[in-house]
Amino acid sequence: MAPNTASDMLAKFKDPALCRNLLDRIRAELPGPLAFMEVCGTHTVAIFQSGLRSLLPDEIRHLSGPGCPVCVTHEGEVAAFLELARKDGVIIATFGDLMRVPGPKGTSLKQAQAEGCRIEIVYSAFDALALARKHPESRIVFLGVGFETTAPTVAATIKVAKEQGLDNFLVFAMHKLVPPALAALLQDPEVNLDALILPGHVSTIIGVEPYRFLAEQHGVPSIVTGFEPLDILQALLLIIDQRKTGRPQVVNQYSRAVADDGNPKAREVMFEVFKVSDALWRGLGRIPNSGLALAGEYQRFDALTALDVQVHDLPPLPGCRCGDVLKGKMQPNHCPLFNKSCTPATPVGPCMVSTEGSCAAYYKYAL
Amino acid sequence: MCLAVPMEVKSINTELNVADVEISGVKRQVRLDIIDYPASVGDYVIVHAGFALRRLDREDALETLKLFQEGLNLQVL
Ligand code: SF4
Repeated sequence: MAPNTASDMLAKFKDPALCRNLLDRIRAELPGPLAFMEVCGTHTVAIFQSGLRSLLPDEIRHLSGPGCPVCVTHEGEVAAFLELARKDGVIIATFGDLMRVPGPKGTSLKQAQAEGCRIEIVYSAFDALALARKHPESRIVFLGVGFETTAPTVAATIKVAKEQGLDNFLVFAMHKLVPPALAALLQDPEVNLDALILPGHVSTIIGVEPYRFLAEQHGVPSIVTGFEPLDILQALLLIIDQRKTGRPQVVNQYSRAVADDGNPKAREVMFEVFKVSDALWRGLGRIPNSGLALAGEYQRFDALTALDVQVHDLPPLPGCRCGDVLKGKMQPNHCPLFNKSCTPATPVGPCMVSTEGSCAAYYKYAL
Repeated sequence: MCLAVPMEVKSINTELNVADVEISGVKRQVRLDIIDYPASVGDYVIVHAGFALRRLDREDALETLKLFQEGLNLQVL
């Protein structure tokens, strides 16, 4: 029977009977070992939370990729925002998960706050505008992390700041773009994967076209996927199907939320305010054209320029293997520090801090 | 931070460019600056970091569910 309301309909995507059916088909049709990577941290958590990881056949190996925005924030960027936090007259506005990310000297925003730095947690870049209005004597620095999903929300906020003349609003833009990171990942000869589960909500904005090279140039079946158990199972079946036919393709499984051309309006706002630039990624290093910097008349909102802070290419934190984890080269529990000196209460690297980090997901669900 | 969830639109204020949305009792106000085409009350929108990103396509969701029941959804690009 067709579900009546939208919420009934969404609940259907978790239907155990339908899941069982798809799992049986995966088991029956799997042609051999299969290593897939989900790019997005939200998928990582969904795969654990729904119990899919333990239900899937052993031949299916599951790797997590560089799709947790907090985890890919580079050591140099962390050092830079800690430096910004210590500037006189500055209030940092940040998403909560950046609070506990350890900086190069082991300090975090949380510690900086305890030492008297002014730091406010916000749910949205837009909330930071209210702070700017409330504290005209201070400069509000919003820490802009996140991929193509988040960057348009920050861009829209900067546009409003400009319209309203809120010149004490500044942004440290650390935004990163997913397709160039995937290109860099697949060029690494040590990375071995058979298929990709592509991030659903990044795709909401960029659509499907920018991923085409994954199948065409790298021969990797790649599925834009939703976050419910049925979505993920269907994506695996689509991968198995491509394996059998030997024709790698990019398929949009999540068409209820992702139009093939994405969200042009969001992209327009994003590219009015930002321009493509090189970016530093934790574990992946400098990737050309994989970041966003403030463009044109919006450059005056750039916190780094306004407060004279630079991002340096700092080395990884001693002992932390986040880089290898983000590339799917190492399972989190194989890191020598995992569940020893590194736990969610005492994180050594960001992969253990963020709720979407693979190390945190392993700790919570796979120990 | 990257979580984007579908939430139901309860009311819309076009003047302020915001909508009140709700999912399982959690209420939020979201900005409508970047949604690509307008949602109406009762629609589900994907919400991320205080903004509505896109309206969920109900027909498409039903179609996907039907295919789960019938066979493989092959929507190849
Ligand atoms: S377990 Fe901790 S130290 Fe090891 S990679 Fe993960 S975050 Fe880094």
